[in-house]
Amino acid sequence: MRNEVIRWGRGGVAALVLVGLVVAPWVVDDYTTAILARTLALALVGVSVALLTGVAGMPTLGQTAPYAAGAYACAVLGSRISDVGVVQVAVAAGAGAALAALTVPLVVHARGVIVLMITLAVGELVVTVLGRWRSVTGGTDGLAGIPAVRPFWGLPVLATDQARYLYTLVVAATLVGAVLLLLRTRAGLLLRAGRDDETRLRASGHRVPLLVSGAHVAAGAIAGAAGSLLVVAQQYISPADFGFDTSALLLLGVVIGGTASVGGALVGAALVIAARDWLFGVLPGHAPLVLGALFVATVYLLPSGVDRARLRPRPTDVPPVHPDRPAVREHAGAAPELRT
Amino acid sequence: MVAAGPNRIDPYLIPALDGVAYGLLVFVAASGLVFCFGVANILNLAHGMLYAIGGYTAAALLDGGWASLALALAVGVLAAAAAGVLLAGLLTPVATGNHLTQALLTFGVALAGGSLLVAGFGPDDPRVRVPAALDGSVVVAGHRYAAYRLVFIVVAAVISAALYLVVRRTRAGMLVRAAVDDPEMVACMGVSPTRIRAGVLAAAGALAGAAGVLGAPIIGPGTDTADTVLLLSLVVVVLGGLGSMAGTLLAALAIGEIQTLGVALLPSAAPFLLFAAMAAVLAVRARGLATRWRTT
Amino acid sequence: MTPLLDARDVQVRYGSLAALAGVDLSIHDGQRHALIGPNGAGKTTLLNVIAGATRPQRGTVVFGGRDVGRLGPAARARRGINRIHQRPAVFSTLTATENVVVAALPRVIPQRRWRPGGRRRAAQHRAGPLLEQMGLADVASVPAGHLAHGQRRQLEIAMALAGRPRLLLLDEPAAGLSATEVGRLVELLRALPRAVAVLLVEHRLDLVYALADTVTVLRDGQRLAAGTPDEIRTSPLVRQAYADGVA
Repeated sequence: MRNEVIRWGRGGVAALVLVGLVVAPWVVDDYTTAILARTLALALVGVSVALLTGVAGMPTLGQTAPYAAGAYACAVLGSRISDVGVVQVAVAAGAGAALAALTVPLVVHARGVIVLMITLAVGELVVTVLGRWRSVTGGTDGLAGIPAVRPFWGLPVLATDQARYLYTLVVAATLVGAVLLLLRTRAGLLLRAGRDDETRLRASGHRVPLLVSGAHVAAGAIAGAAGSLLVVAQQYISPADFGFDTSALLLLGVVIGGTASVGGALVGAALVIAARDWLFGVLPGHAPLVLGALFVATVYLLPSGVDRARLRPRPTDVPPVHPDRPAVREHAGAAPELRT
Repeated sequence: MVAAGPNRIDPYLIPALDGVAYGLLVFVAASGLVFCFGVANILNLAHGMLYAIGGYTAAALLDGGWASLALALAVGVLAAAAAGVLLAGLLTPVATGNHLTQALLTFGVALAGGSLLVAGFGPDDPRVRVPAALDGSVVVAGHRYAAYRLVFIVVAAVISAALYLVVRRTRAGMLVRAAVDDPEMVACMGVSPTRIRAGVLAAAGALAGAAGVLGAPIIGPGTDTADTVLLLSLVVVVLGGLGSMAGTLLAALAIGEIQTLGVALLPSAAPFLLFAAMAAVLAVRARGLATRWRTT
Repeated sequence: MTPLLDARDVQVRYGSLAALAGVDLSIHDGQRHALIGPNGAGKTTLLNVIAGATRPQRGTVVFGGRDVGRLGPAARARRGINRIHQRPAVFSTLTATENVVVAALPRVIPQRRWRPGGRRRAAQHRAGPLLEQMGLADVASVPAGHLAHGQRRQLEIAMALAGRPRLLLLDEPAAGLSATEVGRLVELLRALPRAVAVLLVEHRLDLVYALADTVTVLRDGQRLAAGTPDEIRTSPLVRQAYADGVA
């Protein structure tokens, strides 16, 4: 009964937010509309972070890597192939998925803090490459003058901030819907099971590395698609859009939203990004200081969000009730179980 | 070596030497990060800021004399170690949380600390004055080479050797190695985790601070310093096999050579060299790395 | 007749300690085999070796006529070796039904292969009766983390059965169960299809004698004796081992 009420309440809030998002461009000015469009793109990256961190149990600080791959693929390649948005989203998602697939061997067996380190290193390396590969990426100056997009064959190009925003909203909503559907399938069930107890999932006969790789590539595709939305929203991209502060902000947003919840990730990421944009507007110069303090404060104030952030536990066997051997040896004996 | 083919090797001798200096610097900086995640299981995103503290101290105090170098080293090491202890104190309330919240907290500290450093020392990259006696150049195999860098290579090698001995031979070092191998062991040994955290972050700060002061003429203080050092340290730690001292040193030297010699040899491929290094190490050592990760 | 499982000369060492010093064990289709012995005899280690969780330094494990020594736990589970752990291992945020569905998925065959959701539906069909059989029908939609210890144990048995085992490894299934729950467990294990072989590690000899048709006694990583429950019960050697090993 209570669950029913909560579900209805949640649905109601989601519907209200969606209506608000649709009418927003007629309420606020063009500049804010453009900012909102960019926030939507980042919130979509937040969803991919939540998919990895909360659902699959692989905390990540590197989703800016496929995000950047998608954005640059869209700006450099997509705009040459076609000015149709659907094609560009597909190209960007493919680029994000490809980059994620390349890094799968690095993360598939790693856990916890190690995944954070590896993903962060990958993300930073991608930004370094973007800054140095001037002939293609325009280096640290970035890429400007990206041609306008038409959403679908036969439709007019997106010429106004309102039109670009609505396009971002539709694409983002479609992809979020796809993620929600994915989580209701067998794959979603297995991902949640793996986060709870990976060893058990293996003992039941499931191919855990395959599952983890799949989640990684899917999250890469979503982040890549979000990259193409950023290109549309900003009409300009540079390595600064993909710095590791963005990763950290998104991760904070996802933690605020409860890590495993897609809706929470959307709201959390949007909140954090909006707070950053607002701070940099009103406090030029001191924004990083205040933002840093906010990080610390949020981490202290969010015990519930933290608790729900279920990370993949160290995959060791629990101590037995009747130990056959001393505990330390039991641990050693359990270690090979991690192999597949 | 020179006799074998002076014309082909010569142009690359200087970048190669630079690579050694760069690599040793990154090693000293990265070793602190290894302690943090290996012993305390914390991803310290403020590690680059600890290095920047050392760098800014060097820029502010160095005036060309030897005394100022000694002073800068003392102040830089103490300040960065103090910042490490402060960070450990901030981490105490979320110690029971998880890696995520701890990493996010250190990121907040990095943001705020970086902002304070810029506020204190100005937004422009400050100039660093090396001791006058080392300001010139010396001749190495027929080439002129900055005297400071040559001395730096020696000093950094001494620090690295000392670090190796401390970790290999002392009780504290044994504890560190035990913790990297099996974190649960230390938890069972009854040492207070709060004290371990404070000690580890102080040591990491001291190392990063020393690297920051001595390395200021190589990777100088500036707004990007913290990010650069954090990235290089992370890559080195991951490439080095996550916790092995020898591996970290090799990886640091490799990264140093890639950043200097590699760029000189293959300028067109320069942007991808770091990436390629990561892929190459992965291909060669995938199995070994994977088992390490599983047990770490 | 070739046995379903044939483990030969299995040796596992932890440093200088030999947990298993060259043990042979074979189990035939439908056999109810119990493994007993004092603490530290190597019972759980042998179970881990058979399940693929521990890799022995020496020895072979042949299952269904094929050498499975190089396969991990997941691959062995897909071939029909399922187990329950000493401490119930369940997916705590998933409901009881979802737990069984996850366990059933690798070995269900959907009726219409390419229909989306077909496998899941087939697994769902398997889950219902199993939960009922285990007396968990009332808590089918409760997250497993909220279940009592005994219920979790029963849930794990349902999960092991959902994987259509040919060999079921039970590591002290009665630990932490109430008398009623133990009674139900014995009934359930007795009602298992004859095709399913069982390897039971258990401290409680009454349970062993009630369920097993063959008993192997391990001590210090070696096989001390093997035989029918009656033979074992009356063996002076076994009595001696228990008198030494168990307080």
